Amino acid sequence: MANAYDEFIKGIWKENPVFVQVLGMCPMLAVTNSAINAIAMGVATFFVLLGSSILVSLFKNLIPKQVRISSYIIIIATFVTVADYTLLALIPEVHKELGAFVPLIVVNCMILGRQEAFASKNSVGLAAADAVGTAIGFLFALFILGSVREILGNGSLFGISLFGPHFEPWVVMLLPPGGFIMLGLILLFFNWLTEKKESLIKNG
Amino acid sequence: MKSKDPKLVVQTAPFLVQGLTTPQAMLDVIYVLIPITIASIWFFGISALLILLACIAGAVLTEWIFSSIRKSLWDGSAILTGLLLGLTLPPSLPLWMAFVGSIVGVGLGKMMWGGLGNNLFNPALLGRAFLLANFPIAMTTWATHSTGLFNVYPSTLAMPFMQSNVDAVTSATPLGLMKFQHQDSAFTDLLLGSTTGSFGETCGLLIILGGIYLILRRSIDWRIPAAILSTVVIFSGLLFLFDSARYPSPLFTVFSGGLLFGTFFMATDPVTSPLTPKGAWLFGIGIGLLVVLIRVFGGFPEGTMYAILLMNATVPLIERYTQPRAFGHGGSTK
Repeated sequence: MANAYDEFIKGIWKENPVFVQVLGMCPMLAVTNSAINAIAMGVATFFVLLGSSILVSLFKNLIPKQVRISSYIIIIATFVTVADYTLLALIPEVHKELGAFVPLIVVNCMILGRQEAFASKNSVGLAAADAVGTAIGFLFALFILGSVREILGNGSLFGISLFGPHFEPWVVMLLPPGGFIMLGLILLFFNWLTEKKESLIKNG
Repeated sequence: MKSKDPKLVVQTAPFLVQGLTTPQAMLDVIYVLIPITIASIWFFGISALLILLACIAGAVLTEWIFSSIRKSLWDGSAILTGLLLGLTLPPSLPLWMAFVGSIVGVGLGKMMWGGLGNNLFNPALLGRAFLLANFPIAMTTWATHSTGLFNVYPSTLAMPFMQSNVDAVTSATPLGLMKFQHQDSAFTDLLLGSTTGSFGETCGLLIILGGIYLILRRSIDWRIPAAILSTVVIFSGLLFLFDSARYPSPLFTVFSGGLLFGTFFMATDPVTSPLTPKGAWLFGIGIGLLVVLIRVFGGFPEGTMYAILLMNATVPLIERYTQPRAFGHGGSTK
């Protein structure tokens, strides 16, 4: 079981899909203008990734090698459709804001990457652990970016005002450039953290 | 063995040392900016001084945080960037915004790239562009001239992250008047600075004098201002001849807004402008064309900042295509 734990934990930190692998940038930049959108996107991705990882791992011996990518896409698309309609039914306002980016989870390279690199080669248990770890890592990254951008851009978190009515919004933070700037700064921070840790290990 | 009175001194080249060092070059520009700074304090009161100090503090602080890696705090470049940024800001901007802008300018505009000499964009203008995108209302609120030297606009002292809830007495800049109301401003007003605008841009006369001093000192390349100003005059002159009721005169175009300030102090930044003579001409012509295009046909009344930033991005390309031929290389062979 230690192995499954390793696969789970590496997705959250050591191989975080956003901060280390820099995958899934499209939803990362597009829907993180508020914390609630980021969480909704993260949960939808979590569901799709977990479901498709388990299914791909189950069918890994049945899928012919030549058509594996299209088969993965079909499996992913099935779960995306479920996620899309669930969001529409439960939280229609958030679904409206996420817009085209929920269907676009199909082409999220992080999900396809996990199928190709991991789920299609490992047992169901390991694939599920890996999917949960990666998805939590993605959710964590989305949440950090979404909350920072919402706090600076709107003065609120989850729609609750933090600074009172006279807050001066940082308009750029809600626009695409703000996403790029904040993502760059967060990547900088995590690289700096990793570098510092490595130099600490090296120097004892 | 060392002899006290050597008959023959053997030295290696270089024998002539040019006195121009980085701190010296920075100081030259800072000296030129002092009269402009004094003028802005005269026009806009203590508010101007406070904002300039906030900008310099933000720039120096950012430089200091990074300077544990790169020892560049004392070359004066941070002070100059802060001062330049401060002079391009509107009078009633809250202090904390100026501070944020200067941190972004130096942090994202300069230190991220590897410090002085490695940056692609002018740090002061990058800070200003960030502020304009971030706080569009505060950055386009132009307070009227101060009533006295000790005037502090109420919005200057807004709390950090808060907007000021006091309405300032505002009026449109000459460019705004031209763009939205087709109203010309008197030339003497533009020359002497009795119009509204950013701190440093109102007094055209002082900027031109400072620019001429810098050109004579060879601190800046004369080709860049010459190219920008002649392009602007020719392009806007053609438009003016075409329809003088619709387009502003060349004289107005040159003396209004931040064109002169940007031309002499921003575009000529040696780090972000081409080193080759032909490149300098191209760079200047590009800025001139873009300024008139943005002002006349674009949505903003002022385009100097974006013109310079856009042309900054093309500098590596310009330099690659305008390399002068080294003596003895290439060329035609008979």
